[in-house]
Formats: sequence, structure tokens, C-alpha cells
Amino acid sequence: MAAATAVQTQLAAQQGTASKVISGVTKVTLTINGKEQAVSVEPRTTLLDVLRYQLDLTGAKPVSMDSSSGASTVLVDDQPMSASSLLAVACVGKKIRTVESLGGDKPDAVPAAFVAHDAQQCGFCTPGFVVAVRAFLDKHPRATEEEIRKGLNGNICRCGTYANIIQAAIAVVKGGK
Amino acid sequence: MADIQYSWPDRDSSKVIGGRQIRLDGMAKSTGAAKYAYDINLKNMLVARALGSPHAHCTIKSIDSAQAEKVPGVVHVHVLDHAKPGREIRWQGELLVIVAAETEAAAMEGVSKLRVEYEPLEVFVDEFNLEAAKKAGRTSKDGGKVQLEKEPGDDEDEATFADKELERLFKQSAHVVEGFYGIDAITHCCLEPHGATVYWDNDQLIAYLSTQNVSGTDEGFANDLKIPADKIEVRCQYVGGGFGSKFAPDYWGTAAARIAKATGRPVKLMLSRDQEFKLGGNRPSAYLKVRLGADKDGVVTVWDSDHWSSPGADGPGVPQGVIPYVFAPKNYRRAVTKVTTNNGPARAWRAPNHPQGCAITQTAYDDMAARMGISSYDLFLKNLGTDDSPGVAGAKPSVYAAEMEIAARLIDWKAKWHPHGKGARRGDIVDGLGMSLHTWGGGGHESTCTVKIHPDGGVESFCGTQDIGSGTRTVCAMVLAETFGLGVDAIRINYGSSRFPVSGPSGGSTTVGGVSESHRRAGQEALAKICEMVAEKLGVPAAELIADDGRIKARGDAKKSVAWKEACAMLGMKPLEVTATFRPSRNKSPLSDTKVGGVQMAHVEVDTRTGLIRMRKFVAVQDMGLIINRRLAESQIYGAVIMGIAYSLFEQRISDPASGAFLNADMSKYNLCRLGDIGEIVVEMYEPESERSRGVIGLGEPPVIGPGAAISNAVCNALGFRVPVLPLTPQRVLEAIKNNAGRA
Amino acid sequence: MKAFEYAAPSTEAEAIELMTERAGTVEILAGGTDLVGLMKQMLVNPDRVVNLMEIRSLREIEPTPSGGVSIGAAVSLEQILDSHYLDPYASLKQAINNISSMQLRCQGTLGGELCQRPQCWFFRGGHGLLGDDGRAVAQGDNRYHAVFANAGPAKFVNNSRLAPALIVRDARLRIVGPSPDAEQWVDLADFYRIPRHGEQRENVLRAGQFVSHIELPDPGSFQCATYEVRQGAGPEYPLTAAAARLNVQSGVVRDAKIVLGHVAPTPWRSEDAEHELIGKPLTAETIEAAGLAAIRLATPLSRNEYKVTLAQVSVERAVRMAAGLPPGGF
Ligand SMILES: Cc1cc2nc3c(=O)[nH]c(=O)nc-3n(C[C@H](O)[C@@H](O)[C@H](O)COP(=O)(O)OP(=O)(O)OC[C@H]3O[C@@H](n4cnc5c(N)ncnc54)[C@H](O)[C@@H]3O)c2cc1C
Ligand code: FES
Repeated sequence: MAAATAVQTQLAAQQGTASKVISGVTKVTLTINGKEQAVSVEPRTTLLDVLRYQLDLTGAKPVSMDSSSGASTVLVDDQPMSASSLLAVACVGKKIRTVESLGGDKPDAVPAAFVAHDAQQCGFCTPGFVVAVRAFLDKHPRATEEEIRKGLNGNICRCGTYANIIQAAIAVVKGGK
Repeated sequence: MADIQYSWPDRDSSKVIGGRQIRLDGMAKSTGAAKYAYDINLKNMLVARALGSPHAHCTIKSIDSAQAEKVPGVVHVHVLDHAKPGREIRWQGELLVIVAAETEAAAMEGVSKLRVEYEPLEVFVDEFNLEAAKKAGRTSKDGGKVQLEKEPGDDEDEATFADKELERLFKQSAHVVEGFYGIDAITHCCLEPHGATVYWDNDQLIAYLSTQNVSGTDEGFANDLKIPADKIEVRCQYVGGGFGSKFAPDYWGTAAARIAKATGRPVKLMLSRDQEFKLGGNRPSAYLKVRLGADKDGVVTVWDSDHWSSPGADGPGVPQGVIPYVFAPKNYRRAVTKVTTNNGPARAWRAPNHPQGCAITQTAYDDMAARMGISSYDLFLKNLGTDDSPGVAGAKPSVYAAEMEIAARLIDWKAKWHPHGKGARRGDIVDGLGMSLHTWGGGGHESTCTVKIHPDGGVESFCGTQDIGSGTRTVCAMVLAETFGLGVDAIRINYGSSRFPVSGPSGGSTTVGGVSESHRRAGQEALAKICEMVAEKLGVPAAELIADDGRIKARGDAKKSVAWKEACAMLGMKPLEVTATFRPSRNKSPLSDTKVGGVQMAHVEVDTRTGLIRMRKFVAVQDMGLIINRRLAESQIYGAVIMGIAYSLFEQRISDPASGAFLNADMSKYNLCRLGDIGEIVVEMYEPESERSRGVIGLGEPPVIGPGAAISNAVCNALGFRVPVLPLTPQRVLEAIKNNAGRA
Repeated sequence: MKAFEYAAPSTEAEAIELMTERAGTVEILAGGTDLVGLMKQMLVNPDRVVNLMEIRSLREIEPTPSGGVSIGAAVSLEQILDSHYLDPYASLKQAINNISSMQLRCQGTLGGELCQRPQCWFFRGGHGLLGDDGRAVAQGDNRYHAVFANAGPAKFVNNSRLAPALIVRDARLRIVGPSPDAEQWVDLADFYRIPRHGEQRENVLRAGQFVSHIELPDPGSFQCATYEVRQGAGPEYPLTAAAARLNVQSGVVRDAKIVLGHVAPTPWRSEDAEHELIGKPLTAETIEAAGLAAIRLATPLSRNEYKVTLAQVSVERAVRMAAGLPPGGF
């Protein structure tokens, strides 16, 4: 018998059977920003809907049907992904971090640099961009300006904050965070 | 109390104004704490989604919602009035039926189960093709104007005279250019779609609306819902883009209110992405045929143009007033045709009509330079005229000339310019320079502000304005901080509710002018009252007191002063409340003004085998009167230039000629500029004392006007011939190369 | 999205079983970058979704005994970039880097990249895979559609950005199912097909089958490159692309393979271009002749003639890059 996957294990614990197929509304636990969160989802529920409607974590934004804008970017096991095209059930057992985890009393260096370099106007694209920059710089902490210009093209900003975002990213690299 | 002289502190004594204060809500935006209409979650809330018409032109035969109502989770189905059987639908995406459900997924499933029968009607969307539009009966005359230095004789027919006179002027011209230029329709593409989250508190409607017009949209709800406006509160702390498209509640906003009423539950209704593209607003296209003649120096003396423009199904097209743009030749005839299509109706788009006017006419001026073999810089300069005898509209010729000089230095025009098509080649790549001029009004709108000073020294303001991303909150705080000699953090700004004193909509770059007026006025008046109290205590005339550094001080005598808190404590138990209003009038206000000018230059590279264009450098020099926040002003200009690059190179609404469908109505297919596309952008703010002393002038729009012409001119300079229609896609560049075979 | 059942098996066999139970109404989920959007827009409406991402064997990159590399279908594109095993296949990494969104590369998988559905705006607009049997495309705006092999109802282009790079490398696919232990190997070049009617899909997979692995042979001493005509810096699909593989000895091309992307309903091999190269000295004239030969069979639609030029230039530039020359343009 194959090893059970995370979602199966959770359901088995709830229902006493190792059900392979999930349908209808199901209770699952997601690990979000370091906290275990019990949510109820259908298979079709996206991670973005869970974050926004059940947990009131509205930093990740719904912008496109096709995950091409980057506005819903979150970190899944430290990889940047679009919450709008992830099924919530597929995220059980994974470590999810949203932009909200970069805020709080001691904000992360990336949002701080966004503020210092005014890398936001209307701000609707900003949370997705902040997470994308965080992920990019985690992977390329010494990125050059050229690499930054090549590396941050998964997000769209309609207000045109790109020039400021480039400066913010350069500042984070310089600050070594 | 003596009349108050409203004024700004001069450059040297300003502590806050003109500085680089960081945006006050930057951290909220950068960490997801900022709540937009889309983000408001209310207890027991329903989520609504709508069915949009799949056809661009049809009549509704029947609607059957029985299956939709059976979908688990669906609570309410609302058929819009304009979708009742028999009604005509004139563009794709028009909402027909709204389904409200417990979850978004259920609402969408409900929408998919609606059964609507349509009778398709003939479709026309090919606005580029004037002949086809005429054949389809979709054209109408849309104004025009003739102005000639010579007047017709008494018995002469005006039209015949104009024909003859123009012919004579062209014959007399040393150089004549004939050309065709155009710019396609684009959409606003706000990242936060239009929509609202609403609820009823008994008979009161609370609407969290994604809007640029907090103070004006309560009326919109009231008129449509037929309830008194005082029963409505519109709220908006953050709006995810508007660009001129979010001034009204829209019928879907009021429908949300109706559904909330019918179900007794809060409702969130936001447009889907494709609906946002199709309904959320677009900027009219414009195409122009022109003949222009210049004297031997290159001064254009005669202009004869015919242009057509399409606002989609409804609304005004690009008017004759922006033709030619900024330049004002002595003799002209300009005629306009409007083309109506089965596309969603146009809405105001950042600097309405100016970007199109600039892009389709300053390109013609540039072609005149190319014809004469001279630098566009020299030709533009000659056509400016002088301050006494201007050849341009908007800003003064001397302002443009000074800005041109700065821009040329920043882009190294002299060293980098080469005659059109005569540059060095690097592999298949050629480069070129181009420029443009623009102007905009930007006078402040009507705005009322209440300033409240608490006996403990706390300062707040209330104003029914909004921050669309241009930094209104920060600007208001800076104005009051400067006025009271306090730090920006000491000021609490309250805005974003229609319950607050009325302030104008954020359109036309009127907000910063308007709110800095109302905040400064209310602030100065409040300060005068505080000073009166302090005057008695210090034994110094109130007029001799100033607010500085957290104290009220006697001018020139540092020993005589009281701390701000101490001064406010004199109020006793009651806070001081002062309300002031700014109303734009013919008399110039000492605090604000109107009319700015700007110059932009672009340096591009073109790959002559693929038609790809890359931005190397873009320089924007901008006049904006008195600058309140240099950092935010710069951001506005960067953003405007980037939007400009998008519409110059990438963005266009693509309508299917056969079905009328909006084919690229999704983010992956509606090409926008990305971070790697912008090249180097240099922003320079032109603020000599002569301009600063005019007071505050709005800036949101002007810098978005010029990129189209500047970039098109740079591409023309690189290639040696014009790619006539924006956006300059590889397809179009290659077609132009083919049409000019051997010249690239 | 229509409601559906969901399963995330942990072995291939389990996955096959879950798929065959509901044969014909199942969709495979990998990264979801394409599938979830298609389901949201109700263009794809499965009764059951089987997620491959929990199958460990599908998430590994391993060297093969014959000196090549095997890549699990559920390996993310970013993982490929990061893998040293794939360093010898620089042109594959180059092609992945062209997908300039880190999010898409981290979430998207190699299997999903190869099996993604066409971006044709008539398909995505609800007119079916063939766009009303090809009529919508023929009569409508077809600026991004096929310029080769477009005589039948299918006029969309295959969007895979990695298939051309992998085909010139003679990549093979391991396909498993529909019976629990069935496996077969297929050349990637033979994996795609042009559907003749709306019931057919764009590849040879039958119900109950999926791609488990992609295998690259020994990198050999070839010189490979991929060139894409990308309008901007974003991850948007290129207008045309070409991958080239050359074996050049003492200045003469001994062997060549040229595959174009985004020009036909399948990746498009150009033997005509290859013939122009093989046996010739690698000069500017040879390269130009290869570009011209590549478009000899082009049959542009009403609005996409420019793509023929771009296809020609793509071939020339891919060859130049494979030869170690600068592409000449962007
Ligand atoms: C708007 C948009 C723009 C994009 N732009 C680009 C782009 O420019 N270039 C680019 O390369 N990518 C682009 N992508 C990503 C694109 O979807 C793929 O590149 C991605 O790698 C798909 O991987 P996935 O794992 O997310 O696939 P999924 O979405 O999970 O699956 C895609 C399809 O393949 C099938 N499938 C997946 N795995 C297998 C398998 N092992 N066997 C059989 N069938 C399988 C699925 O059933 C589905 O039909 C874009 C995606 C979107 C939505
Ligand atoms: S700040 Fe408005 S979309 Fe980026």
C-alpha cells in the first residue's frame, strides 16, 4: 500500500478511513504563516479563496483568471506561486506564507524598502510584488540590477511602479537582507 | 478677526512642503493590511457574479434561471432591467443576470447554469477601417473647425474660400508633408475591478465602493435606488486603480445594493477580469489623415486634417480641439468623424484625448523635420514661437524651451541624434531619438475640509476625498504639518467617506490642487485662532506669531513662545473646529494655479528583422508649479511614463472583426509593460521660482500624454520612416518595413 | 468551476487506477497554472481531478545509465534550472529562463508545460478547441495562429516553449497507463498530433494515460540553442521560436536539427532548413538559406503573414546562436 499523502492522512484521522477521493465540503487544516488553520473547502476551492474569504488574509489579490499577473503570489514551501491557481486541498501539509507574514511590528526588509522607495501607488499589485521580490532575493541575494530587471517579470503593475520597485530591490540587496 | 492671506511658505522656510516624505500608507499597502472594496469581508456576506453577454450585438429572447437557482449555495438571482426579453445589447460582456451565492465558486457555477436565448444582430467593430464604417452606417460628423488668417469676402462661400485659401497656403509652403497616423483603443485595466461590497443598516446603505469619487457617488446610488442621499454612505480607503473609469456606482453597484436589500445580507459584487476589460472603461481610438505645410524655417503655417475616432458604442470621441496638439498653426482646418462600434462605451482615461491628440499630430510635425532633414528638436523649437507671440497652446513657449534644453542635456540629444534613418547599425539593430510636448490644466477642484484641533494638541482633518494612489493622504498631512509647525505623524487625516465634507472626484489631476487648497485654508484659519489666544498670553500681536517646530513663536524673538500643546490647552474643554472651502474661480488663488507644460524624449532601439522595439532611455521634464512632495511627484511621473510605454509598444484592445468579441480580454493576452521593459527612465522636475510661485498644480495626468509621440518619433528616427499606428507591435513595424522596402 | 472529485495519489499505479475508474472525465493536475484557469472559465469541466504532485517518483531528476537524464513529469521548471545534472543542456535552461515569471517556473511542471492546452483565443473564448471547426479562426483575427499545417480545422499553435528545445535533443517520454503496469516510450517528436475534430486532443495520450518522465539522451557534442521572438520581458508567449542543434566539424555542418515553435498546431520540424545546413560550411549565406528554406511550406492565414518572416528570422538566429555567434538582434 502506498504511503498516504498529507490530505489523505488528515481525512483518515477525521473519518477513520483512508479515503482516496475527496468530494463536497471537507474540513482540512492548512499551515498558514506558521499557524494551523482549520478551514472547510471543496475540491474546487482555490487557496486564494480560502485566504481571502475564510481567513480574511486579503493581501493576495484576485486579478486575473489565468495567474499571469502575479497579484496572488504566496510562498508555498518557500516557492512563489499563484494562490489563484492552486487548489486549497493540494496545499494541505505545505508551509504557506502570505504577504501578511512580512508585516507586523518588525516588517521584513522588502516591504520596508518598498515604502522607502515609494514602490506602490494604488497598491493593488503591491502585496504580490512584495512576495515575488522576497522570493527572488532569497534565491539571488546578490542580484545585480540587470538580474533584477530580468528576474521580476511575473507580476503586473498598472500604475507603473516598476522603476521604484527596481530601486527597492537594489536597496534590499545592498542592505544584505 | 483679520482677513487671512492664504499663502505658502517660501522655498527656504518650508519645512515639510517640497520634501520627500514617504507615503503614509505605504506599509499598509506593502504588507496586505490595506483593505480595498474587494477585500471587505462582512459577516454573512454573499458573493455575487454576473453573466455577461457573449454576443457583441443581439437582442435577448428569453432568460431562464431555474437551473441556476438550484445550484447548491445560490441564494438570489437578479435579472437586470436592461436585459429583459426584447432588449437590445450593444457590446460584449454587458451584464445580464447576477447570481448571489454563499461562495464565489457557487455564484460562478450558478452563472454557468443560466439559460439565455439571444437573437444575434449585425456586428461592427472595425473602427480602423473608415470605409467599412461608412458602409455599415456607423459614422457621423463630429464637429470641426476652420481658422484662417485671411477672411472670406462678404459674398464668398466659407467652405469654398477655405478650400481655395488652403490650396494657396500649401502652394506657398516651402515644405509639405502628407501623412496618416493612428492610435488604437486601450482599456483602463484597473487591477482592482469595478465593484462594491455593500450592506444595509436598517434603511441606511453602506457601500464600500471602488471609486475615485467618494463625495459624488452617494448621489448616484440615491438617484438609482430612489432613496434620499443622506441615507447612503460611500466608503473607500483604498482603490486599486481607476485612471478615470471609476466616477460612478455603475449599474452593478446599485444592483448589489438591491440584492442586499432583497436578501437582507451584505453583498460583494466585483466584475470578473474579462468583464472589467469589456465594461470597465476604454480610451477612444483615433486615426488621422493630414496635410501640413511649413515655411523654409520649418514653422508649420497650415494644417488640414480629417480624423476619425471611436468611443465604442457610446460617448464622445477625440475632439478637434486637440488637433494638432500643443502646436497652434496660424491656419488650419480640422474635421472629425465619429465611428460607433459594438464595443463597450469609452470612459475618461488619464488626460482624456491628449495622449491621442499628441500621438497622431506631433508625429506629423516630426515627419516634417524628417522631410527637411533637420533635427526634430530644432523644428519643435522653431514652432514654439515666443512668449509674446506663442506658437503653442498651454504652457508658455519659454517654459517648453527651457524644458527642452534640460531634456536634451539629460538624453544627450546632440551627441546621439542622427538624421532620420541614418544612424549606425549594430547587427540588425538601429537606434533613434524622438521627442514630444504636452500640456494640461490640473487646476484644483472644489474641496471642503474641516480641521479639528483638540485641547490636547491633537490635529485631525475630515475631507470627502480619496487616495487613488497619487498620495492624497500624505499630501494633506504634509500641508497641515507645515501649517501647524508639526511633524507629519502628528496629523490624523480622515478621508474616504461621503459623510465627510464634500471634495471633488479624483480626475483631471485636480485632487492635489483641491485638497491642498482646502487643507491649507482650514489650517491657516485654525492657526489664526490659536494665535489669537497665544497673542494675549505672550503679549505679542497675533500677526507676529508663527507656528514652527512644535511651538507658536513670536517672529524674530525666540524667547517668546509656547509649545503647541500648551497653546491648544487654552481651548479649554472644547476642540476647535474650522471648515474651509476652495472653489475654483476666474480669480487666481494664491495657493494654486492651472496649466503645466512638459517635454519628453525617448531613445529606442529597433530590431529591423523582427520589428521588436526596446526602450533604452526615457527622459521626462515636467513643470507642476509648487511641488508638495517630491518623492510622490516623481513616482507619478515614472508611473505615467511606464503607462505610456505600455500604450506605445504593447497595449491594444483586439476585437474580432467577425464576431465583435473582445479577444484579448485577459491579463495574459492584453499585453502590458513589465518591469524588464522600461529601460532607464529619468525624471526631472522643473520648478524655478517663476513656476513655484504659481502654487500647486495637478500632475497625475500630464506626463502620460507624451510617450506615444516621443516613442513613435524615436522609432521613425531609427528606421527612417514612420510606423503609423500605435501600439508599435512587431507586426506593424514589419509591415512598415515591407512598405518601405529597402529603406530600413 | 464545476464541482469535482479530487484525489492525490502517491504512486503511479494508484493514479492510473483513479483515472481509469472515471475514464474520459478525468483531468490531470500538475502545477495547475493552466488547468485551474481552464476549469474556472469552465472550458474544461472534469468530474474528477487527479493530482500528480504527491507521486515522489515523478518529482525527481536523475542521471540515466546511458549518460542522459530522466526528469519526472511533476518536476517544476525552476527545479530544472537549479539542477546540475542538466547543466550540459544549456539551451533547455535558456528556454526555461525565457518563461520569465519565477512564479510560473516554480509552480509549473515539465509535464504540464508539454501538455498545456492551446492559448488560441477562440478556444479560450468558448468556441471549442478548433474554434467552431476552424471557421472562427479563418474568418476572425488570426494574428497569432498557425502559419504551417493549418489547412485542416486546427489552426491553433502549440505553445510549449520547451518542446522545440527538447525535440532537437531527441527527448523521449515515458507514458504510463491505462492498465496499472502499462508503460511505453514515445519520442517527444511523435507525441503531438493535429486534431481533426473536436473530440481529439493535441497529443497521443489516451484516457487513463499520463506522462511520467521525460528522458534526455547523452548530451553528445552537439551545439544547441533556442531563439524566441519575445515582444516584451514578460512571460507572454513568443510570436515564434526555433530550436537548433548543430554538429559542426572543421567549419562544416555534419548534422543539424531544426524545430520551430508557435507556428503550427504541433512543434514544427523543418527538414528543409536542415537540408540547407547539412554538408555546408557554416557561413552567413548558409544560415540565410536555412531561414528561407524553413518557410518554404508556409501558408499564412489572412492576418499572420508577418509570422512567416519571424519564423525565418527565428531559424537563422537559433542557428547563429548554436554556432556560437550573436543572434544579430534582440
Ligand atoms: C496565462 C498563462 C501564461 C503562461 N505563459 C506561459 C508561457 O509563456 N510560457 C510557458 O511555457 N508557460 C506559460 N504558462 C504556464 C503553462 O501553463 C505551462 O508552462 C506550465 O508549465 C504548465 O504546468 P502546470 O504543471 O502548471 O500544468 P497544469 O496546469 O497542471 O496542467 C496543464 C495541462 O497539462 C496536463 N498535464 C499536466 N501534467 C501532465 C502529465 N504529466 N501528463 C499528461 N498531462 C498532463 C493537464 O491535465 C492540463 O491539461 C502560462 C500559463 C498561463 C495560465
Ligand atoms: S500600484 Fe497600482 S497596480 Fe501597481
